[in-house]
Amino acid sequence: MPELVPQHALSRRSFLAAAGAVSLGAALAACTGSGGSAAPAAERVSQADIDKAMATPTELVFWSWAPEIEQEVALFTAKYPAIKVKVQNAGQGTPQYTKLRTALQAGTGAPDLAQVEFQYLPTFTVLDSLLDLRPYGADALKSKFVDWTWGQVSGAGGEIFAIPQDTGPMGLLYRQDIFDAHGITVPKTWDEFAAAARKLHAAAPDVYLTNLAANQAAAWHGLLWQAGEKPYTLSGKSDITVAVDSPGARKLAGYWGGLAKEGVIGTETDFTDSWYASLNNGKYATWITAAWGPAFLSGSAKATAGKWRAAPLPQWDPAKPSSGNWGGSTTAVLKSTKNPIAAALFAQFLNTDPATTKMFTTKQFFFPATKALLADPSFTGDAPAFYGGQKVNEVFSAVSDTVSPSFQWPPFLDQAVTDWTETVGKSLADKTDTAAALGQWQTRITTFAKNQGFTVQGG
Amino acid sequence: MSTVKHRSAGPWFVAPFLILFALLFVTPLGYAAYLSFFQHKLIGGTVFVGLDNYAKAVTDPQFLRGVLRVATFFVVQVPVMLLLALLFALALDSGLMWLAKVVRLGVFVPYAVPSVVATLMWGYLYGQDYGPFAQLSRFLGLPVPKFLTDSWMLGSLANVVTWEFVGYNMIILYAALRTIPGELYEAAEVDGAGAWRTAWSIKLPALRPALLLTLLFSVIGSFQLFNEPKLLQTIAPNVIDSSYTANLYAYSLAFTGQQVNYAATVSFLLGAVIVVVSYTILITANRRRQP
Repeated sequence: MPELVPQHALSRRSFLAAAGAVSLGAALAACTGSGGSAAPAAERVSQADIDKAMATPTELVFWSWAPEIEQEVALFTAKYPAIKVKVQNAGQGTPQYTKLRTALQAGTGAPDLAQVEFQYLPTFTVLDSLLDLRPYGADALKSKFVDWTWGQVSGAGGEIFAIPQDTGPMGLLYRQDIFDAHGITVPKTWDEFAAAARKLHAAAPDVYLTNLAANQAAAWHGLLWQAGEKPYTLSGKSDITVAVDSPGARKLAGYWGGLAKEGVIGTETDFTDSWYASLNNGKYATWITAAWGPAFLSGSAKATAGKWRAAPLPQWDPAKPSSGNWGGSTTAVLKSTKNPIAAALFAQFLNTDPATTKMFTTKQFFFPATKALLADPSFTGDAPAFYGGQKVNEVFSAVSDTVSPSFQWPPFLDQAVTDWTETVGKSLADKTDTAAALGQWQTRITTFAKNQGFTVQGG
Repeated sequence: MSTVKHRSAGPWFVAPFLILFALLFVTPLGYAAYLSFFQHKLIGGTVFVGLDNYAKAVTDPQFLRGVLRVATFFVVQVPVMLLLALLFALALDSGLMWLAKVVRLGVFVPYAVPSVVATLMWGYLYGQDYGPFAQLSRFLGLPVPKFLTDSWMLGSLANVVTWEFVGYNMIILYAALRTIPGELYEAAEVDGAGAWRTAWSIKLPALRPALLLTLLFSVIGSFQLFNEPKLLQTIAPNVIDSSYTANLYAYSLAFTGQQVNYAATVSFLLGAVIVVVSYTILITANRRRQP
């Protein structure tokens, strides 16, 4: 009787296949020592050098996942015909960052510019990968941008590591029809919001006032931001204060953990098929979201057109209205670029030119980062039928002014987010003690940061 | 003269294999081994740490939990899968089955479906609100099965993997059955053996090497469980954490925590576990054969 494979060959092969396959993933993420200290701020580049660079035929590679951003790029190349910009979509968010980090570590294959979300800037500045744009005139742009966005792109030493592209100040989208049917007024405070949650769920057991997704660390950070918390403070290059378990954070955890435990809000994973269905069929009466939410929702919950309205977030202290930010991006120049002048000028043009920034709001439905557009009646006056003719952009423009400029992100955001999902998020989903979960989150981040060589304060 | 020629030709025949082998197996393995002796920090760069990473990993509760979980998975899922594959193979080979070709294709088709697609499909089927099982249960007034909760998840994953790989294993076993010489069956018939007796005394012993092969493939598949939990993680992120299986842990270490060196260590240890389990099975099987 023939054997399919001789046994000794089989055993050896299985060993090699196994060991080879498991190690491949690790080997792909090739790692070399980086480090090195931040270079001193370079001299301002002269206008003559800029003129020369912008007239020299150059090709820039720009990684971005913004759909059809080529339209805005075309405006730049029309002005500077010598510069060609190659737009490449390397994935949205995390997949792009993974590729970018790999390319940076390999020392080859990195683009000249990349779209980087605000919260990921420290992840790349800690690697010393982003170019300080001050020598190229970026510091003169400060007054064009909303204060908090400039805070987000500025480094500890005054460096400007990116130019804001779009933002996501947080607000509340709510179902006017469900509110009317149950006599609920738009909650001004979080206490009113909690009372409304209990009232609504008691009256309609299949309906929840909102869904705080147990996988959405970004929303949690936005709520921390609104509450005036400073969960991460980086001072110097290697000192970090971690305070995700502060008294203010515990208040937030007690509030949301309590509502989740009572079962009067949902904690369903967001951006899944099931979640879309829930928004369409009225399971949730509000969505705590950001300024990009209105355009997103009108495309994803078509069945509910005309029933939604927008409002600022409920407040902890109505006398001092505040909000946080969730999402939004910047354009950053990689230090490894061979054409820093052209790249820096492209980043600045793309995000400050009146025509490109206007186009961002009409083609990509970006929520702007510039003061001019936020005050522009052609932007704020838009009255979409999906929101019953309400001037939604006006609501969020006002919210943008209430976002604190001093919130900071950790230089290891991916890890902090994963740890959140496995501690705080899990406690929300499992209806266990969310305040206790904060302690676990704090411990995990602290341990990770220490292992990475940071000096950690707090906890 | 001719012997010399033969000898000098030998290396040329082996060269294509050796080059690919060195390039695709030895080099990545060596590089991963090299990486596992270092530690990279965001602050402070890369330093040589010897066996520190290994010392840390063997007591790392997240790693041990992941290995234990896939071991449980192996012990429960693999026997079920192989038994089903064996039953299908024997039924097909018996020639008594109606629509044998349709059944053979039907059982095999899931293997042709990429595991990514299969998992997305099952993810929908498992859905708590809108999945067909949930809707059917509600329609019948039964409690909704909680496929995506802590206590059900491993079973749900086992179901997906079984669905995917029964056909694959069935084909291997079926092919082995087809190679049994007809004389054996004739001899059995002359001796008065019925269908069951033939299956038990001729087919099963003849299937031993093929069964061993499928079992070893299953060891590797189970311990490296990755695609299915990784994909279900997006719909059940609070159940499947970043260290749910050992392989998922290595991935998270490398791509979330940027701890490439420690990820290489964990990968190596997982490889070692697979080698130990595989050899244990081989040795046990061989010992039984030569009493």
